[in-house]
Amino acid sequence: MSDPQRTSSTPASVGEIVRVNGPIVHARNMAEAGMLEVVEVGELRLIGEVIRLHDGMATVQVYENTSGLRPGEPIYCTGRPLSVKLGPGLLGNIYDGIQRPLERIRATSGAMIDRGEKPEPLDEAKTWPFVPACAVGDDLVPGKLFGRVQETGSVEHRLLVPPGFGGKVTEIAAAGDYRGDEIVCRLDGPDGKQELSMCHHWPVRKPRPVSQRLAMGEPLTTGLRVIDTFFPIAKGGAAAIPGGFGTGKTMTQQSLAKWAEAQIIVYIGCGERGNEMTDVLKEFPELVDPRSGRSLMERTILIANTSNMPVAAREVSIYTGITLAEYYRDMGYDVAIMADSTSRWAEALRELSGRLEEMPADEGFPAYLPSRLASFYERAGMVRTLSGERGSVSVIGAVSPPGGDFSEPVTQHTRRFIRCFWALDRQLANARHYPAISWLDSYSEYLSEIAAWWESHDAQWHDLRDTLMNILQEEVGLQRIAKLVGPDALPDYQRLTLEVAELIKNAFLQQNSFDEIDMYCPPTKQIWMLRILVRFAERARRVIQAGGTLPDIRGMKAMTRIVRMKSTIPNDDTAAMQALYDEVDGELEQLERRFA
Amino acid sequence: MRVSGLEYRGVSQVDGPLVFVQGISGVGYDELVEIVTPSGEERLGQVLDVSETAAVVQVFGGTDGLSNAGTRVRFLAEPMRVPVSKRMLGRVFDGLGRPKDGLPQVIGGDLRDVQGKPINPYAREYPRDFIQTGITSIDLMNTLVRGQKLPIFSGNGLPHNRIAAQIARQAKLLREDVSFSIVFAAMGVKYDVAQFFVDSFVQSGVISNVAMFLSLADDPSVERLITPRSALTLAEHLAFDEGMHVLVIITDMTNYCESLREIATARGEIPSRKGYPGYLYSDLASLYERAGRLQGVEGSITQMPILTMPSDDISHPIPDLTGYITEGQIVLDRDLHQRGVYPPVAGLPSLSRLMKDGIGKGRTRDDHPHVASQLFAAYSRVKSIRALASVIGEEELSPTDKLYIEFGKKFEQTVVTQGEFENRSIERSLELGWEALRILPRAELYRVSEEELAKYFDQPAPKEAQA
Ligand SMILES: Nc1ncnc2c1ncn2[C@@H]1O[C@H](COP(=O)(O)OP(=O)(O)OP(=O)(O)O)[C@@H](O)[C@H]1O
Ligand SMILES: Nc1ncnc2c1ncn2[C@@H]1O[C@H](COP(=O)(O)OP(=O)(O)O)[C@@H](O)[C@H]1O
Ligand SMILES: [Mg+2]
Ligand SMILES: [Mg+2]
Repeated sequence: MSDPQRTSSTPASVGEIVRVNGPIVHARNMAEAGMLEVVEVGELRLIGEVIRLHDGMATVQVYENTSGLRPGEPIYCTGRPLSVKLGPGLLGNIYDGIQRPLERIRATSGAMIDRGEKPEPLDEAKTWPFVPACAVGDDLVPGKLFGRVQETGSVEHRLLVPPGFGGKVTEIAAAGDYRGDEIVCRLDGPDGKQELSMCHHWPVRKPRPVSQRLAMGEPLTTGLRVIDTFFPIAKGGAAAIPGGFGTGKTMTQQSLAKWAEAQIIVYIGCGERGNEMTDVLKEFPELVDPRSGRSLMERTILIANTSNMPVAAREVSIYTGITLAEYYRDMGYDVAIMADSTSRWAEALRELSGRLEEMPADEGFPAYLPSRLASFYERAGMVRTLSGERGSVSVIGAVSPPGGDFSEPVTQHTRRFIRCFWALDRQLANARHYPAISWLDSYSEYLSEIAAWWESHDAQWHDLRDTLMNILQEEVGLQRIAKLVGPDALPDYQRLTLEVAELIKNAFLQQNSFDEIDMYCPPTKQIWMLRILVRFAERARRVIQAGGTLPDIRGMKAMTRIVRMKSTIPNDDTAAMQALYDEVDGELEQLERRFA
Repeated sequence: MRVSGLEYRGVSQVDGPLVFVQGISGVGYDELVEIVTPSGEERLGQVLDVSETAAVVQVFGGTDGLSNAGTRVRFLAEPMRVPVSKRMLGRVFDGLGRPKDGLPQVIGGDLRDVQGKPINPYAREYPRDFIQTGITSIDLMNTLVRGQKLPIFSGNGLPHNRIAAQIARQAKLLREDVSFSIVFAAMGVKYDVAQFFVDSFVQSGVISNVAMFLSLADDPSVERLITPRSALTLAEHLAFDEGMHVLVIITDMTNYCESLREIATARGEIPSRKGYPGYLYSDLASLYERAGRLQGVEGSITQMPILTMPSDDISHPIPDLTGYITEGQIVLDRDLHQRGVYPPVAGLPSLSRLMKDGIGKGRTRDDHPHVASQLFAAYSRVKSIRALASVIGEEELSPTDKLYIEFGKKFEQTVVTQGEFENRSIERSLELGWEALRILPRAELYRVSEEELAKYFDQPAPKEAQA
């Protein structure tokens, strides 16, 4: 298919390298090159992108290692911007930052990645079961459905007329198996005849158009209690997870990638460890999506640009990922994208900017860091797609602040563009209280928007949640006093608050990702746990008021049952939760009666 | 292509470790350079920046004795390469892979680019094989697995070398009887540190299975930038071509980073934190990521870099960026050291990220994950109770808190503390962990399951004779 995204230069034009400085290459005779055009650099034809033009000179960032590259070598223009190929076959794949399939690279270059590899992102030989969804004579505009393909067991790939195309259908293929690049539909449009295959290209730095942005109202439930109950993210929302090393950014993101209630997951390993991607690759195919009953890998796309891979490709991996996410959003899906870690992306910007000898702003980061962050997070959202459906992209970005100090530029700027902040706490991580999301420093601005959803499950939800949160907040003040005078100097009802807060932390907030049951906690169970804890807190307070003591409370049989309910009661066993509730209620009632 | 060995006479500028050469042509980025001093001494260097007529070269042998006119520069049109061969085991080399033990260069080895190439994540095998180091604070709480990169964060005067040597001596798998080959890289450390390792390898009879790359404190500082790469290039060959299990010990990463800073400063680059270059993270990753396992390949690279934290500050860029790349860290604690605890492994900040998949049923023992988690939770309580006790006095503590204080003592004295030549089995380590936990009330142990409590807490296991 012809591509509306072409830039101006003729693919034939060839420039000449004049300087090589790491991933930055300067070239002359580039008057015809366009800004952000893809070029092939040197005799090895390394992939690069034009990032600055000046008087026929171009500055190019190269996505591969430039060792051995010499001034005088040629540089070839391609006439197109850095794009991804979109079509069936993306799901279940693992790509590098510029959408090269790592499986194919391994097949050609072995365990270590060679330079100059240019495998096609989608398997051209594979056929897909195409089902037409339009008829000859139909008038198609961008976003209109013209066919469908069952891409994986759990995901139907909806073939939509790409932006920039449209017209009357003159031919549509019959149902059957076709290769991704085969023409399946011909259009006669105002701009002439057009051909559609199941695939098209889209430039990664350009957001895909939507018809309208919508308000958010539904939570993206994640199965992590501290998130869902205390700091929920909405479908289409943006969240950041900042934390020092080893505090749990990756584990949290992986947990979300497993259990978040999205139909499609795009997981970007941006400048992080190779083994973490291997871990996902090994684990996801074996995990079953609790909603579709299918392998989790069937809804997942991985982008891996690990820390030892070229730094320029790290910069672009974020855009590659979000473009793939938007593509599935356009089909009407709820997509969640995780970027681990946006700090490595920002550092890639810094490194490239330094090589370009630009004026640095804070801590060496370029002055355009905030605008780049904004343009990334702004691509999140709940939208009405061109085809009129609701689709969403939720973005969750990890932030790795140097020294774990949140006052640094990337964390600070990120805060301006997200509405959900899951602050990881070193103290909690050290005590192996996971997820180490601080209940004091985190916040979610989506709470009011999605409360209605929870209240449709339990009208008391907001009150229950607030009750627990208040106890946790109260604890902070009490601890401060206790540190000065000793906890024994506090009156019993305050010591009870400390006790209950401890119970909330152990029974509710702490959630071990490796626990067979508790790695995922469905909303209904979360509500039951809330009810039990709130009931416990209220009743225990009455016992104390009636003259009972803390040892009486501590001695209760139900105490250990509460602490262990998360990992002993199966997730869907509401009857058992109800029974535990009654037991707690009953035991405390008896205790109260003893004193009354 | 161009014939190799373009030679130029004279350099336009010498600045710290860098020389600037003008009037050149056809020189490639990153290529190897031979510099001949006016007195005829040859040194190696590498191109850092090249334009049509000028190149910036970093000189590994140092720039002393170079002059503007008398220096000759030969561009070799190839990357920096080192020989790799199994026969390098038992030998000592300098940072650039040249023999330092008076014996001739090994013959018949391949030459490999020291930069290596990134491992395709798709080709990796996730590391899961438990390594028993015989050190409880590691095996029980921060388990090392084969193919992991686990650094030691230390400080000046702390016994990191003794611990690394103990690990090298004792490390083994539970079910397999293959020993590790060792590749040892030293950057900027004193002669006696290198000698300590040699002695230790000799004593344990493994020296013929060790290759050493030494770039000591009095060697040119820029050579340190290549030293770990030479070592890792050999390690990759041994592991992935020869199928061997390799333990790479690298010391001291702090010196490496300082050399990197020196080059960056000489180039006038915009520094990021504490004067270190903004690409310190990527540069360190290009070393640390050269560890692991590959699918379909028998061998493995387990990396144990050692670094000294400047002023014991874990948030200093060197430990900080290292922690962001490696799969955990063993942190040494000065306070424990001063109280005579060996090994002074800090309880809370130490972490092994690969532990989760390397322990438990069928790997170590079913209760291992929960016991470790419980010990961390309890020890962290100890820390806060100690802080409280220092304000209100130990007598004022509640009875439970007093038990925690007692647990803390026992934990440090019997679980963490052990002999430098004491090699504990994992069962013994687990038993010591339970023994410490038995000080606490049963109800406090909510991280272990009821079944585990019944099995290991309620009836103390019979004393095994493995101590
Ligand atoms: N934006 C793009 N980014 C990356 N690759 C692209 C892009 N557009 C096209 N290609 C690649 O270029 C090749 C030709 O593309 P395509 O068939 O879309 O071009 P076309 O304009 O239809 O060409 P023709 O005029 O020959 O039909 C294909 O192999 C395709 O993968
Ligand atoms: N929710 C969790 N449950 C259990 N363990 C966790 C959890 N989160 C983190 N951890 C532990 O902490 C370690 C570090 O977490 P990770 O996500 O890799 O940190 P980061 O990405 O912030 O450096 C993990 O290897 C794991 O052992
Ligand atoms: Mg190869
Ligand atoms: Mg991480």
